[in-house]
Amino acid sequence: MTMLGDRQQLAYIASQAADARVNVELETEGMTLNIGPQHPATHGTLRIIARLDGEQVVWAEPSAGYMHRGYEKLTEVRTFPQVTALVNRIDWLGSFANEVPFILAAEKLMGVEAPSRAQHIRTILFELSRIANVSLFLGDLGVQLGAITPVFFAFRDREYVLNLIEGATGGRFHPNFDRIGGLKDDLPAGFIDETRVVMKKLRTFCDQIEDLLFGNEIFQSRTRGIGVIPKDVALSYGLSGANLRASGVDWDLRRDQDIPMAWNKTDFKVITHPDGDSFARCWVRLQEVRESTKIVDQLLDTIPAGPVMAKVPKIIKVPEGEAWVSTENPLGEMGYYVVSQGDQGPFRVKIRSASFNNISIVPWLLKGVYVPDIITILASLYFILGDIDR
Amino acid sequence: MFPLSSTTDTPTEAPRDTVREAELARILEALGAGVVDSLLKPNDDMWIRVTAETWRVTAEKLKALGYTYFGYVSAIDWLPSPFGKSEDDASGPSGERDSTIKQGYAGGDTRFQVIARLVQPFTTIGINIKVDVADEVMAVDSWSSVFAGANWHEREAHEMFGIGFNGHPDLRNMYLPTDFEGHPMRKDFPLLARIVKPWPGIVDVEPLPGDDEEEGEAS
Repeated sequence: MTMLGDRQQLAYIASQAADARVNVELETEGMTLNIGPQHPATHGTLRIIARLDGEQVVWAEPSAGYMHRGYEKLTEVRTFPQVTALVNRIDWLGSFANEVPFILAAEKLMGVEAPSRAQHIRTILFELSRIANVSLFLGDLGVQLGAITPVFFAFRDREYVLNLIEGATGGRFHPNFDRIGGLKDDLPAGFIDETRVVMKKLRTFCDQIEDLLFGNEIFQSRTRGIGVIPKDVALSYGLSGANLRASGVDWDLRRDQDIPMAWNKTDFKVITHPDGDSFARCWVRLQEVRESTKIVDQLLDTIPAGPVMAKVPKIIKVPEGEAWVSTENPLGEMGYYVVSQGDQGPFRVKIRSASFNNISIVPWLLKGVYVPDIITILASLYFILGDIDR
Repeated sequence: MFPLSSTTDTPTEAPRDTVREAELARILEALGAGVVDSLLKPNDDMWIRVTAETWRVTAEKLKALGYTYFGYVSAIDWLPSPFGKSEDDASGPSGERDSTIKQGYAGGDTRFQVIARLVQPFTTIGINIKVDVADEVMAVDSWSSVFAGANWHEREAHEMFGIGFNGHPDLRNMYLPTDFEGHPMRKDFPLLARIVKPWPGIVDVEPLPGDDEEEGEAS
């Protein structure tokens, strides 16, 4: 709490004063502003209820749950291979990345490890999902702040990545491609060359967005110093991914965690920013797309030969045990706590999705900001509704 | 081709994990009598189970020990589902279904357990903390004053499992309507769609005609 900016301190005092004024007989012109559930800035159906004093937010509360689909309950009546079809739909812009930690948890319980070729391809598809996901964020960010052009670039260039994912897996949005013990199929012919071309295009896209948006004076004045999250607050709310790294925490599960994926065979930078404001969060994401394209390029050079599937039984029964696996997903740390009791299906799956924690900081963060900044802050926190509600 | 498990091949040489062993010793010393049971899987994870009285103190002490990153808080209902397992037909007769409660790692004495995870930033050494929730109390202390992020997780656990969190500022429902009855994540709460119509995926694992029983097929 020590790092509160002047502006937030003033806002806090103002909010205290506003509360005090409500309590005495002089009632101010307070009003309650309802944003959503259908609002362009909410990526789905998140509703924000904000109590205002003039232009300033005194109290705000996001109301989630318009898209709760009960996946934790549904996993209990599915078999392990069937669960991937469900978890695909949690973060629907980076679907493949959702499957990986669940499959890794199941493999950990079974004592199976995917062949190294499968691990490589998994990592490539994982990074492609990240690029598809975050490039759309970069375009969408502009729309929410009043700049229309970037979103056309984003949709155009994301399409190249989606075509790659579709070519390899058969599904544009929901690949359902990961299997316990490996992958459903090998890469199609021509995938590697095509991917190299697309990665080059994506780097150009990043340059364009950086010129168009991040160098823009209006964009900077609307994001710099808005919604500052200090490091210790970020940790205690369990923020993850770019939101955490934008607060100066040098922590990336791809680098710091030892899991059977191919990230440790590549050389990449973990991007951090000391400011912790909205600009930092957006900037970190932009740089991460660049780093992801480099990771993909490196992995394409080093795909080992061999099978893409380990030897696993036809009917999968997972031995008794409990396992936790989390990975650095496009939105942040996504983890599964899987409890198995020796059956074909899991006994209990706790899905720890990134956006749920990321958005739980909103009541704290919105206190004292001005109404237009609500949109900036929500945009920069970047959440997917399916990832909050599950 | 690929061994199913590399750990079972060398039973003579148990894998060592000195980092986690030292961490667990440090935690056990700090928590003292509050810990009922603990488990360490080398190069994997740590589990401890604490008493309900020390649940909140555990969070404070672990935070002081460097576990400052909040993962999640949730709960587990250990009752086997009275509607059968995933491969059973839930609409069929309930028959002789096993209803003995069998807790997981670090043991347990009650049907409900609250589980949480904290992580040491920058090392990714995490710890899973469990606590028994007695049926007659159905509540534990809230962590929301220690980890701000626990607020929403406890609200979710409250509506889904019906577990109370003493000292929580606001245990409103997040997902369900206010007048919703029951707690959906409890094992004895039926998944109605499954009862009305058997899940067609039950036959998913049967071999199809013309499908040769070759190795390396997962589904």
